[in-house]
Amino acid sequence: MQVKMTVNGEEREADVEARMLLVHYIRDELGLTGTHWGCDTSNCGTCTVSVDGQAVKSCTMLAAMAGGRDVETVEGVAVDGQLDPVQEGFMREHGLQCGFCTPGMIMTAKWLLKRNPNPDEATIREAISGNLCRCTGYENIVRAVRWAAEHPAGSNDTEEVSA
Amino acid sequence: MQVPETFDYERASSIDHAIELLERHGDEARLIAGGHSLLPMMKLRLAFPEVLIDINDVPDLDHIRIDGDQIVVGAMVRHAAILDSALLAEHYPIFRDAERVIADPLVRNRGTIGGSFCQADPAEDLSAVGAALGGSVVIRSSSGDRTVPLRDFHEGPYETKVGDAEILTEIRFPIRPSTGSAYEKVERRVGDWAVVAAGAFVQLDGDTIADVGIGLAAVGASHFIVPEAEAALRGQPATRSSFEAAAQICHDQCSPVADQRGPEDYKRHLARELTLRALTRATARARGEAS
Repeated sequence: MQVKMTVNGEEREADVEARMLLVHYIRDELGLTGTHWGCDTSNCGTCTVSVDGQAVKSCTMLAAMAGGRDVETVEGVAVDGQLDPVQEGFMREHGLQCGFCTPGMIMTAKWLLKRNPNPDEATIREAISGNLCRCTGYENIVRAVRWAAEHPAGSNDTEEVSA
Repeated sequence: MQVPETFDYERASSIDHAIELLERHGDEARLIAGGHSLLPMMKLRLAFPEVLIDINDVPDLDHIRIDGDQIVVGAMVRHAAILDSALLAEHYPIFRDAERVIADPLVRNRGTIGGSFCQADPAEDLSAVGAALGGSVVIRSSSGDRTVPLRDFHEGPYETKVGDAEILTEIRFPIRPSTGSAYEKVERRVGDWAVVAAGAFVQLDGDTIADVGIGLAAVGASHFIVPEAEAALRGQPATRSSFEAAAQICHDQCSPVADQRGPEDYKRHLARELTLRALTRATARARGEAS
């Protein structure tokens, strides 16, 4: 079946089986391999993407179900080469080690900050409870999200770091 | 790589359209809402519907509102919306208790109350909440709506009163004065299914228990309830000894199965302890002594 959706602001279309999961559509049909594919059981969260503004696990959604919707992946987070504050935060606070969970963590953190621009540590930990880091680097991930909260896009610090 | 069996995909634009598609495709068709129960089962080849009918575009199923003396929750209301609902938190804080420990925020962004009820997993939390509160569900077919008492809705594991060409449209919970409710769950790790969970609803008349509901998840309680424990509480003083007696009945009458989450005696112990805690907290809330 033809499945058409907006991915990172672009209209994308592919002829796929109805049973194709959104994560495979994104990775294998569109070649956007920033979205990782991990547990396949909606536990690990590394496949997290945004669908119509909601952070969801793309291993547990059919591509067909995302048809006509607005999908954002980690590739769409930076704008015009300018890293998002969340990405800056992960870099500044060493929020990644092996990097496997990072795309999901970033998409969840983006969703959290949109809902709550100034989350405390407990709120951040609750928000990322569906994203597993097997390097167990949660301390720095929480700091990275806090860093992003303290340096929203357009603030001087963000520009300074990017330079 | 987990891949479902092949199927045809249809997207319904209205409740009537969904029913029409169900009638056209017969008993091998399944509705899909959030998909966080059905898709994992399909990926494990435990379910293989020939047609999936996506109801995510169907309007008029995502309301939480008051209708007379009832709170009405549409079948497509997501777990996240239940958790965020001030209306539900005000009347029935048991929803907030339960939603905080259902899966994780990303799963809660997709999963729905209707899907949870219709999945009828014996360890599912909202079904135990519903059993504690009582109320009714509305099921629609081409011949109209029918209302089923919530406590009759589940016919057994993974089986409900919803027929082949029917759709659950909403769940109705009665609003009653002087009530409190609470949910207690033990899980192995954040977001996991319950080892055991207990929900309680208490209505007070002074210091007397005027009415009560207890819902138990994951211990094999038929319809998620233990009527004998509730009967033992009605008309009794709302004291710890009353709660302990009812909790002991839950311990004795439930029928848990030993599995990787624990042995039978541990689950019975949890059924007793969590029932006691849920009744205690629900009563404190009914008295305005707990948030």
